Amino acid sequence: MTTDVMMPALSPTMEEGTLAKWLVKVGDAVKSGDVIAEIETDKATMEVEAVDEGVVESLLVPEGAEGVKVNTPIARLSGEGTAAAPATPPQAAAASTPDVQEKKAESAPPPAPAATKPAVAPQALPEGDTDIPADAKRVKITVRDALRDAMAEEMRRDPGVFLMGEEVAQYQGAYKVSRGLLEEFGDRRVIDTPITEHAFAGLGVGAAMAGLKPIVEFMTFNFAMQAMDQIINSAAKSHYMSGGQIRCPVVFRGPNGAAARVAAQHSQDYAPWYGSVPGLKVVAPYDAADAKGLLKAAIRDPNPVVFLEHEMLYGHEFEIPEVEDWLVPIGRAKVRRAGSSVTIVAYSRMVAVALEAAEALAGEGIEAEVIDLRTIRPLDHETVVKSVMKTNRLVTVEEGWAPMGVGAEVAARVVEHAFDYLDAPPLRVSQADTPLPYAANLEALSLPSAPRVVEAAKAVCYR
Amino acid sequence: MARRAVKTAEKTTTAEQPDKEQLLAFYRSMLLIRRFEERAGQLYGMGLIGGFCHLYIGQEAVAVGMQSVKGPKDQVITGYRDHGHMLAAGMSPRSVMAELTGRFPGASHGKGGSMHMFSAEAGFYGGHGIVGAQVSLGTGLAMANRYRDDGAVAFVYFGDGAANQGQVYESFNMAELWSLPVVYVIENNQYAMGTSVERSSSETHLYRRGSSFNIPGEEVDGMDVSAVRRAGVKAAEHARGGNGPYLLEMKTYRYRGHSMSDPGKYRTREEIDAVRKTRDPIEHLQERLEGQGWLDEATARAIDNEVKSVVAEAAEFARTAPEPEPKELFTDVYVEADA
Ligand SMILES: Cc1ncc(C[n+]2csc(CCOP(=O)(O)OP(=O)(O)O)c2C)c(N)n1
Ligand SMILES: [Mg+2]
Repeated sequence: MTTDVMMPALSPTMEEGTLAKWLVKVGDAVKSGDVIAEIETDKATMEVEAVDEGVVESLLVPEGAEGVKVNTPIARLSGEGTAAAPATPPQAAAASTPDVQEKKAESAPPPAPAATKPAVAPQALPEGDTDIPADAKRVKITVRDALRDAMAEEMRRDPGVFLMGEEVAQYQGAYKVSRGLLEEFGDRRVIDTPITEHAFAGLGVGAAMAGLKPIVEFMTFNFAMQAMDQIINSAAKSHYMSGGQIRCPVVFRGPNGAAARVAAQHSQDYAPWYGSVPGLKVVAPYDAADAKGLLKAAIRDPNPVVFLEHEMLYGHEFEIPEVEDWLVPIGRAKVRRAGSSVTIVAYSRMVAVALEAAEALAGEGIEAEVIDLRTIRPLDHETVVKSVMKTNRLVTVEEGWAPMGVGAEVAARVVEHAFDYLDAPPLRVSQADTPLPYAANLEALSLPSAPRVVEAAKAVCYR
Repeated sequence: MARRAVKTAEKTTTAEQPDKEQLLAFYRSMLLIRRFEERAGQLYGMGLIGGFCHLYIGQEAVAVGMQSVKGPKDQVITGYRDHGHMLAAGMSPRSVMAELTGRFPGASHGKGGSMHMFSAEAGFYGGHGIVGAQVSLGTGLAMANRYRDDGAVAFVYFGDGAANQGQVYESFNMAELWSLPVVYVIENNQYAMGTSVERSSSETHLYRRGSSFNIPGEEVDGMDVSAVRRAGVKAAEHARGGNGPYLLEMKTYRYRGHSMSDPGKYRTREEIDAVRKTRDPIEHLQERLEGQGWLDEATARAIDNEVKSVVAEAAEFARTAPEPEPKELFTDVYVEADA
């Protein structure tokens, strides 16, 4: 009896990896728990352990092979077939043979759209965009590295800037955003904290009051709920309450929103939560250029800034201008795609969904204008209003819940400032009004998708 | 209330030695968790389980030993490393595995996943994804027990990393102040993701963490199921007797990564192998049973085969069970009025 060892998925978002190294050779006996290979993903090198026992019959993928898809057979074990074999029902034992795998492909839930969508190609910039100098050379970089570079540049520039959070130093960041920072800046400025969000957020605010410029990383914003009191009651209000004497130049940053299949307690969009608080600035970038330029601006800002990243974007590559000290001003939205039929407003990862929908709509003769809010507070409604005056139609897209949400706020501002221009009631596309479910099919149903945006856009166009 | 001295390590009583039947049951139970978790890891690798999946491999003796102490009305609550606790609590491997694959017959109808499972029937209150939250919740379970005066004890499990959260200490204070019937079990597997206890804790002897609240604490070899049980009996008696909370620090170890996507660079392979070789809770018990003449090779193999087939059957069930109907997206958000 033989068993195939499959290329494993080592993280919720992994689709393929490099088989960096074989640690066993043909003829070796392995048992469950033995490390048989090393695999590299975009985040890290990891060890693969055997689950079954047996003797290595063949290695099906050579060392160094790149782009090995999850679930392709990488090695074959011949089972010694003693204890395990007879007791294991045939289907389960065969779970790893190719034929059952095909069945699995049919019956398995379709992966959530979030997990499979390729990076949306950077759009040609519309006329009149002043952010990126026309003659600037462009380089490709992931959002993850853009964020890291932003922190590194600001730490070089200002000795008062430091980073603290769970696993930011030795582990290099739970999502590898702080990779290399400990090595460059040492443990005085790149600080691993215990799991104590409420208190380390408070420490960050206190250090900021004393004149430092802390970057407080939350492993994800879900855990910042432990710290919300310090963010809102201390960071946001102290300047006001002190009659302008106290400043809190602190940045709270980390991934926000839904990753893939991590369920209700780990998948929430906090943009509307923080967006409603005066005294805070709230930023939620989409591409690498904005991630870098806005993070640098956030670190320099004399106010507390909540900086919402997205795990699903970390690995995406975008072009970024190669200019020294690349800064993007907080508080300005960006027209990502010009169009005249309908205005679609989105932020963070939902910009990708909006752009995908716009492509599909173009195929049906509807030219959507896609606006990336980039900053949630202060909200640049002027850019949105200007667009709606042209298109007369508004669709908003957000990953969070619709009630009291960002879309509701955008729609209210449009109604306030351009009521007479609207040819249809604005529509909001959002997460279903339930906690995020774990099951793959329900998760896919729950989250906004390009087809749902297309549907909404058509509805406001009465098509 | 009189101040109590903080208990230190060792000095666990030998009030009661588990007999052959009980030890064999522990052996099977630990083996079931081990094989279940190995299979879960495999299903994750095949893409059948998504999101975060935290395996309990290495820590089996804690859940199994403590569960043997639990009375019928007692409650259990833990964090996201919960599969072993649920199996030990008697939840069916099928329902746990089917929840891992996000299918309708799963313990939470596929809506919770690995980190969020519950069983009202088994007195298992979750399954919580936010580090430390279960400590206050579990103290609340104990508060209800005290309120009703029904003699039930809440068993509250959390990790060495969770032991640094502020709400843990806010809860400790109230638990002792109000003499709540709760046993706090710190599963000290020495790491919180990539951070060792030494790098995160000013007091690394976690059993002393209750001392400024006058909660007695004890260090226990969490790799020895009999030691776990002994300590558990004593702690539960203390709590049930109206004496307030008791704190057990279980020295244990996780063999696998924190979750499936842990590159594991913060410790060496040798460190893991050394624990597996010298302290493995299952092998440890197997040797002891063999030494007593209570287990021979054939019986061990028969138990292993039986456990493997239970797990294989659960995996097959979880692989083929239907997903929730689309309408389930909107159910259970609110309690439906009992019509
Ligand atoms: C409030 C909060 N902060 C951070 C996290 C991310 N996180 C999940 S598990 C974990 C480590 C916990 O370690 P420990 O308490 O020792 O338990 P173990 O994983 O070792 O069982 C962290 C930091 C979280 N889930 N919740
Ligand atoms: Mg731990």
